Amino acid sequence: MELSLTTRTVAEHTVLEVGGEVDVYTAPRLRERLIELVDAGARDVVVDLERVDFLDSTGLGVLVGALKRLRTAHGTFGLVCAKEPLLKIFRITALDQVFPIFPTVDAATERDGSGPAS
Amino acid sequence: MATVRLSFSPAPVHVRTARLVGVAVARRAGVAEELLDEVRLAIGEACTRAVTLHRQYGLTDLVTVEMSDSDSYTVSVIDHAPIEASVGLAKLPPDELADESLTDDALTTGVGFALLAGFVDDLQVRPVDDGPGTEVRMVWPVTRR
Repeated sequence: MELSLTTRTVAEHTVLEVGGEVDVYTAPRLRERLIELVDAGARDVVVDLERVDFLDSTGLGVLVGALKRLRTAHGTFGLVCAKEPLLKIFRITALDQVFPIFPTVDAATERDGSGPAS
Repeated sequence: MATVRLSFSPAPVHVRTARLVGVAVARRAGVAEELLDEVRLAIGEACTRAVTLHRQYGLTDLVTVEMSDSDSYTVSVIDHAPIEASVGLAKLPPDELADESLTDDALTTGVGFALLAGFVDDLQVRPVDDGPGTEVRMVWPVTRR
């Protein structure tokens, strides 16, 4: 399934809803969108992965890049993911210790929920 | 003997095709349904690695994926990049993953290898027999029906 990207605002957070497959072919589009959002002034960014069917190392690299970018801009960055196959990918790569990961968008957008991008 | 062999030009768009074929052959070979997500991810990572290396070295040679189901399901992904490119495949510790000094390429390579090693119990990375290149060989058990 092709990559889909939709942005909305929830509780002063910019929520980027990602759907489909994030791989070596589609990840550059995700990277561009995240850079655009930060360049446009978004500082509290949440990436919702609930509709993602496939995520590989290239996609993970893009998410780490966004985390670093927001950290430099004194913003926050969080992920929404409750799917076990995707959570396993974060555990195996130890990236579950790098990203704040929330089960729902509501949990990720609570004012004190996402914390600093560290 | 390979039952299915796929060769593709080193373009990112073809990696998805390789994943789809790899999973279709795995299913037919009798790989357990619950392993198919891991098969998909591992074949994707191995092909991504090969495509990235070919592009890095400006190689137009085809990347080859061989799938065989003799006793188990074996997938070999073969690239033709200089062998030294395979050196340095190592799992990165968590505190280095978001380190500012780590380049995106190094991060993706490290994470890709962590996924391969994490999802494939039987994984071998070895030089190809003729010329430059590396073979990433992955084996999964099959259940005969």
